[in-house]
Amino acid sequence: MKALKHFIKSFTLWELLKGLSVTGRYFFSRKITVQYPEEKTPQSPRFRGLHALRRYANGEERCIACKLCEAVCPALAITIDSEEREDGTRRTTRYDIDLFKCIYCGFCEEACPVDSIVETHIFEYHFEERGTQIMTKQMLLEIGDQHEAEIAANRQADARYR
Amino acid sequence: MIEYIPQWTIDFWNWFPVDLQTLLIILGKIILILVPLLLAVAYVTYFERKVIGYMQVRIGPNRVGFFGFSLWGLGQPIADAVKLLFKEIIIPSQANKYLFLIAPVLSIGPALAAWAVIPFNREMTLANVDAGLLYVLALTSIGVYGVIIAGWASNSKYAILSALRAGAQIVAYEIAMGFALVGVLMASGSLNLGAIVEAQAGGFSSWFIVWMLPLFLVYFISGVAETNRAPFDVAEGESEIVAGFHVEYSGMAFAVFFLAEYANIILISALTSLMFLGGWLSPFEGWSSLQGHWLAEASIFWFLGKTSFFIFCFLWFRATFPRYRYDQIMRLGWKVFIPVTIVWIFVEGVMVVLKVGPWAG
Repeated sequence: MKALKHFIKSFTLWELLKGLSVTGRYFFSRKITVQYPEEKTPQSPRFRGLHALRRYANGEERCIACKLCEAVCPALAITIDSEEREDGTRRTTRYDIDLFKCIYCGFCEEACPVDSIVETHIFEYHFEERGTQIMTKQMLLEIGDQHEAEIAANRQADARYR
Repeated sequence: MIEYIPQWTIDFWNWFPVDLQTLLIILGKIILILVPLLLAVAYVTYFERKVIGYMQVRIGPNRVGFFGFSLWGLGQPIADAVKLLFKEIIIPSQANKYLFLIAPVLSIGPALAAWAVIPFNREMTLANVDAGLLYVLALTSIGVYGVIIAGWASNSKYAILSALRAGAQIVAYEIAMGFALVGVLMASGSLNLGAIVEAQAGGFSSWFIVWMLPLFLVYFISGVAETNRAPFDVAEGESEIVAGFHVEYSGMAFAVFFLAEYANIILISALTSLMFLGGWLSPFEGWSSLQGHWLAEASIFWFLGKTSFFIFCFLWFRATFPRYRYDQIMRLGWKVFIPVTIVWIFVEGVMVVLKVGPWAG
């Protein structure tokens, strides 16, 4: 009986018709494509994109050159040199992130005791020449200055879960 | 119509020798068939990407258009063709150059030549030969030479593997295909494609698909196998043997293989609609409620509609079925299709003798 059923099923192409009906149904379903440059998917406040260095409201840079980020970085993408500034505080003289090495894991951000190094929502960037992928302290601070409002808002939104 | 043509053009035309006139008329007809065909081939590639995209809940190409309008991506095939035209044809250093270059021609030649005998409606056919069906069968099987020669001439392991696969597959399915057509032949009593269609006159119930459903299925599935399309695309098998016989091809030589594949798809679809779905005949023929309505009239649009449906089926299959394993293909061809066709030919013979069905006369 089972063999007969199997025989009939395979000769009426039952399974094949079932398969065709699945694709046939999806043919008419609403398409889920996001038309990228015009439409974008929503981003989480935790999104980890391009890095930035933040400042306090009074304009002082947050980074105290503790080098925790450099130590925690699994890809060894961060290089920090530090010196004592005239006012006696320890500050970085060099803060480089090699974006080709960086894996955007966000460990640097988590390690940072003063919330200085952060990853922003920016993900649309490119480099046209070799060597330009290294973000210097100056560049990182600039990104931080430009997007401070958004960075702060994202940290605020995610603060409960940290 | 005639009186609107200025006299001097008629004189100029009559001034040609009669042989030249026939030649020019035939050439004109060939162009009238080939240009729309090649355009159709280009747009079947677009249609394929669109249909498969839709079945995968995507929207497919929709950016390339004309004059700054994106027009659902309708410019895509043109852009693809232009890109391929300007690419270099790289000939591998160890390849047999002559065979390497002749292979794409050998695969597109038969695919286009077979259109000579396809009747588009009662009058429109380039060559109304009596052995049309035989001619088509011969040409569709010549197409595999292109694949085999390409595989051999490339001097590449993947290409030769693909050539072997294609060869064995075509041999297996050619037989089933031929047997399926024997059924058509018995029913229509003619090898002329026009006569085959006329034998199906009388509305949907006298189409051969009704009386020869198993043969229709065998023919269409063998047609899919014959054109090396998914789920029988082991000759291409991009996940196993990269791209099979056309790994080493680039630029226009590659594009010609592509053209041949799609031309064959359209050809098989057209043949299926001619031989099993009554070609240009209307399914509503003889319906009293539709008497005189255009729906009941036989026209080229029925033929094109049926053909488009089968082309859609090709794409639908590709979007649905995973590739057959090689031994499964062989099993299906030799152990399932050939027995099925033989049984149905016998059944049909009994029906003819007992005068059941449309061939009762």
